[in-house]
Amino acid sequence: MAGFEPQIIAFCCNWCTYAAADLAGTSRVQYPANVRIVRVMCSGMVNPIYVLKAFEGGADGVLIAGCHLTDCHYIDGPVKCDAAVDKLRKMLHVLGLEDERLRREMISTSEGVVFARVIKEMVEQLKKSGPSPLKVKMEALA
Amino acid sequence: MEEPRVGVFVCHCGINIGAYVKVPDLVEYAKKLPNVVHAERNLFTCSEEGISAIKKAIKEHNLNRVVVASCTPRTHEQLFRAACEEAGLNKYLFEFVNIRDQCSWVHMREPEKATEKAGDLIRMGIAKARLLEPLQEIEIKVTPAALVIGGGVVGMEAALNLARQDFDVHLVEKESELGGTLRSINKLFQTSEEAEKLIKTLVEQVKSHPKIYTHLSSKAKEVTGFIGNFDVNVDEKGEECKFNVGTIIVAIGAESLRPTGQYGYGKMTNVLTQLELEDHMKRGEPVGENIVMVNCVGARVPERTYCGRICCMTAIKNASLIKESNPKAKVWILHRDLMTYGVDFERYYRKAMELGVRFIRYSLERPPEVIGEGKVERIRVYHELWRREIELPCDMLVLTTPLIPAEDSQNISKMLKVSLDEFGFFLEAHLKLRPVEFAMDGVYVCGSARWPTDVTEGVSQAYAAAAKAAGPLRMGYVKAEAINASVNEVECTGCGLCELLCPFQAIELQLKRDRMVSHVNEAVCKGCGTCCAACRSGAITMHHFTDEQILAQVEALFG
Ligand SMILES: Cc1cc2nc3c(=O)[nH]c(=O)nc-3n(C[C@H](O)[C@H](O)[C@H](O)COP(=O)(O)OP(=O)(O)OC[C@H]3O[C@@H](n4cnc5c(N)ncnc54)[C@H](O)[C@@H]3O)c2cc1C
Ligand code: FES
Repeated sequence: MAGFEPQIIAFCCNWCTYAAADLAGTSRVQYPANVRIVRVMCSGMVNPIYVLKAFEGGADGVLIAGCHLTDCHYIDGPVKCDAAVDKLRKMLHVLGLEDERLRREMISTSEGVVFARVIKEMVEQLKKSGPSPLKVKMEALA
Repeated sequence: MEEPRVGVFVCHCGINIGAYVKVPDLVEYAKKLPNVVHAERNLFTCSEEGISAIKKAIKEHNLNRVVVASCTPRTHEQLFRAACEEAGLNKYLFEFVNIRDQCSWVHMREPEKATEKAGDLIRMGIAKARLLEPLQEIEIKVTPAALVIGGGVVGMEAALNLARQDFDVHLVEKESELGGTLRSINKLFQTSEEAEKLIKTLVEQVKSHPKIYTHLSSKAKEVTGFIGNFDVNVDEKGEECKFNVGTIIVAIGAESLRPTGQYGYGKMTNVLTQLELEDHMKRGEPVGENIVMVNCVGARVPERTYCGRICCMTAIKNASLIKESNPKAKVWILHRDLMTYGVDFERYYRKAMELGVRFIRYSLERPPEVIGEGKVERIRVYHELWRREIELPCDMLVLTTPLIPAEDSQNISKMLKVSLDEFGFFLEAHLKLRPVEFAMDGVYVCGSARWPTDVTEGVSQAYAAAAKAAGPLRMGYVKAEAINASVNEVECTGCGLCELLCPFQAIELQLKRDRMVSHVNEAVCKGCGTCCAACRSGAITMHHFTDEQILAQVEALFG
């Protein structure tokens, strides 16, 4: 799919992954410009509805990223996030969205390079997968 | 809600943003977005000039929302919030958009794309800003007194430290005497100072300090409230004693494991633990000519994987003391690994070898065997280095056992809503960044209650915990998070899921007008938003990161 630029939205926790994205910036690590970050306080507060809304709106990929298991500012947000992601995946299957469209990562403050790598990987993968089938269907209906 | 009037300030950040992102285009773009009544660009929005530009615009254009598109909220949010506040705008009506760390610095070779992305981020930021609501930080008054639970060396040091800072301290000790484990200890490594002497001095200081109220033969049986205002109910010799404190220190120490059934302990007469040996030596009773010590009894085994940390030093101490008083005595320490960390302990170990203490390594797979009837006569051990079995004569067998969590750890953990680790010791909020604090505000931990410590470490922790506990007492008030959760009682179905999930026990079901509804304690809530994400009826609002605000960002991006 030549020329296709996937649109990715990333929900990043304030204390770790948002800071990792900052570090990627201060260290001038370059990554594809396909991602838009939404800051949330904790990965545990990401409501599945945010993700569903993003796909409904036309997102090709969604990233939920926060602290590592033992680093969460609020003790066990990542565990709650993992549980929500498990449920979400099932719903996404029903909607015909492939696994790779939702990515869950734990990226700490010091892992700017990891953040950049994850975005790069997602963009490469989604370029291969093509536009979100949900978006294609919705556009056909409209 | 009054109609939003949004002001947008796009920062060049010198060349940091300006060289890669087309700032003037972004300003023109922002002007066309809904509810934007003013947009401008600044060379440095964070400079004095930039800050006055914000304040001026708030007044001139009657702005009720401010969006700055520049660097990161992690460094500059406070500054811009303060600017809003100075211009008479609630500081939570400010929204940050990061177009430097997230655009110009990471897409340096793609200025077009960086500009397009910055435009998206600004659009998303404005969409959120339109829905922002003013919030208030609540101030909670703090009672200038503290509770210290546990009157061992660590608890006493913490109490004294606080009392010397002129705060009232209630020191609650379950035994009829202060002093804890050290009351049973003979001499202390590495100085050979008598433990009793150390304790005696401390007890005198505690007892004579007018600010310390010592409650002996007492236990805290109920604690309610939160930082600043804990209501404490103590059972003091069968009578109730109630008081209010601002902060609490947990110093209930630990207990020495009794290895019943191992190596003849409890059955054979000449088998003791190190703790019993301490008492034996303190009373000056004879120990015999051949003494064998076995380390790691009940430690670093599958059912208790941790290292007792201070046990190696205890064994080396007692072995050295025996050799010093009777050089002819033979002392063997059978160990699996010697953990004599740091400079002093390694020196202590070498000194023991010079004194003639013998160290023999055994393995978990082939532990030493006890030979004898009713009384240990010999010990058979497979010598790892010699690769053969040897037998040692034995007048006294000493088992080195680890400290295990204090009996009341579970109860206190429940009462104070603080966590325990996998072994049952108290767990701090963050091993490195908040080592003596619990996740529960206003409650602190020190000494062996957290992890086996020696006196030096325990006392350092006591000072650290006292310093932390004194902070709120000195301030006289604490500020609760304004970014917190609240419940719509009409929509709440009282299912209790939020109460179950809240990591800070800030939520409680309460009976209101004949039905159970969830209630968030603002003073305890930290604003993680977990409850809000989990609520099935959408009855919980996580302020400043509301579903509406976040969905507005999502919709602004794709809409
Ligand atoms: C055999 C042995 C030898 C040791 N030798 C040395 C040595 O040579 N040098 C050295 O530095 N360290 C030594 N230690 C370690 C030393 O004992 C500890 O560092 C020290 O006791 C820790 O003090 P603490 O106040 O934290 O705990 P503890 O001494 O255990 O005191 C805790 C106190 O809390 C009280 N308490 C418990 N539960 C409650 C409750 N629910 N309510 C109220 N009060 C409660 C207890 O009664 C006790 O008084 C040795 C330990 C052992 C077991
Ligand atoms: S604060 Fe980062 S995941 Fe909870």
